[in-house]
Amino acid sequence: MEIPYVSKNRPDTGLYNAKLGIWLFLASEVMLFGALFSAYILLRVGADSGTWPHGLLSVPLGTINTLVLIGSSVTVVLSWAALKMNQFGRYKFYQAITILCALIFMGIKTVEYRSKFTHYTVQLQDGTKMDGHIDGSPMFLNLSKLQAKNVEEIKFHPDAPKGEKNAAHPEPQVIKTADIKSLQSWGPWHSTYLAIYFTLTGLHALHVLGGAFVIFMIWGPLSGMWKTDPTRYTNRVEVSGLFWHFVDLVWIFLFPVLYLL
Amino acid sequence: MSLKALHIIFVTCSTLLAFGFGAWSFHAYSHSRAVLDLVMGIVALVVGLGMIVYGRYFLKKLKNISYL
Repeated sequence: MEIPYVSKNRPDTGLYNAKLGIWLFLASEVMLFGALFSAYILLRVGADSGTWPHGLLSVPLGTINTLVLIGSSVTVVLSWAALKMNQFGRYKFYQAITILCALIFMGIKTVEYRSKFTHYTVQLQDGTKMDGHIDGSPMFLNLSKLQAKNVEEIKFHPDAPKGEKNAAHPEPQVIKTADIKSLQSWGPWHSTYLAIYFTLTGLHALHVLGGAFVIFMIWGPLSGMWKTDPTRYTNRVEVSGLFWHFVDLVWIFLFPVLYLL
Repeated sequence: MSLKALHIIFVTCSTLLAFGFGAWSFHAYSHSRAVLDLVMGIVALVVGLGMIVYGRYFLKKLKNISYL
């Protein structure tokens, strides 16, 4: 039995099956991200005055990632337009750039995440609190792990004082494990801000990975359909492009909210 | 709504972001005097203008494709 409206539009809705399906899916995605954005706003508005952190994220890296995603949306739509004009070679070229952009985005995100996981807040028994890095840049270290490994002391590189122009980094300090009250890397467990940051950007990164995988599959292993059913193939590219645009639009909102405001 | 229509929305949002980010960067530069803030502001403005030019090119190139 042949499935109707896989290539042609259904007369009553004016849509083919996959386009109706992707819009229903995107509606559920809007609800998912909308709920998380609302959670962010409520957490931020509810925070005590002056306690919400600023300047924890790298704006230049976020800017590069924004440019990369904007570029990838342009190549996605140009690849679809190329198929509409029967230019399969151009489609292949543009979509290869899209996949490359997705990989660059994930690479930069990995660098950002790593810089957080190797950044620490240490609180000493005398109440002193410092942010900085531990010698050797270990990830996910905490006090119980130090004690379990019988580490007697750590070399700590404190951050430069915030808000001071051209401030020099203070000298590294050797801190005895016995003097440490708590040690936390800047993971989601560190603070409310980092928890919502990792939740939002982590979920977004999963969407980038998923979208890039689908685009790659259509671009590579499934591209034989272009010869057998070009209209349906073009529709698949459009549907993957719609998802990709949604993912990029989410980032267009995430970037100013998390990095700038 | 077709990819063409969503792309127009995307280009509009990107353009607004670029100009907004440009303003943010210039404001940051006025306080910090850091060259990086100035460079980011200029890049943002160029990207914003580029998106407007691209949007016009895109509309012209895909004028025969439906918005649905």
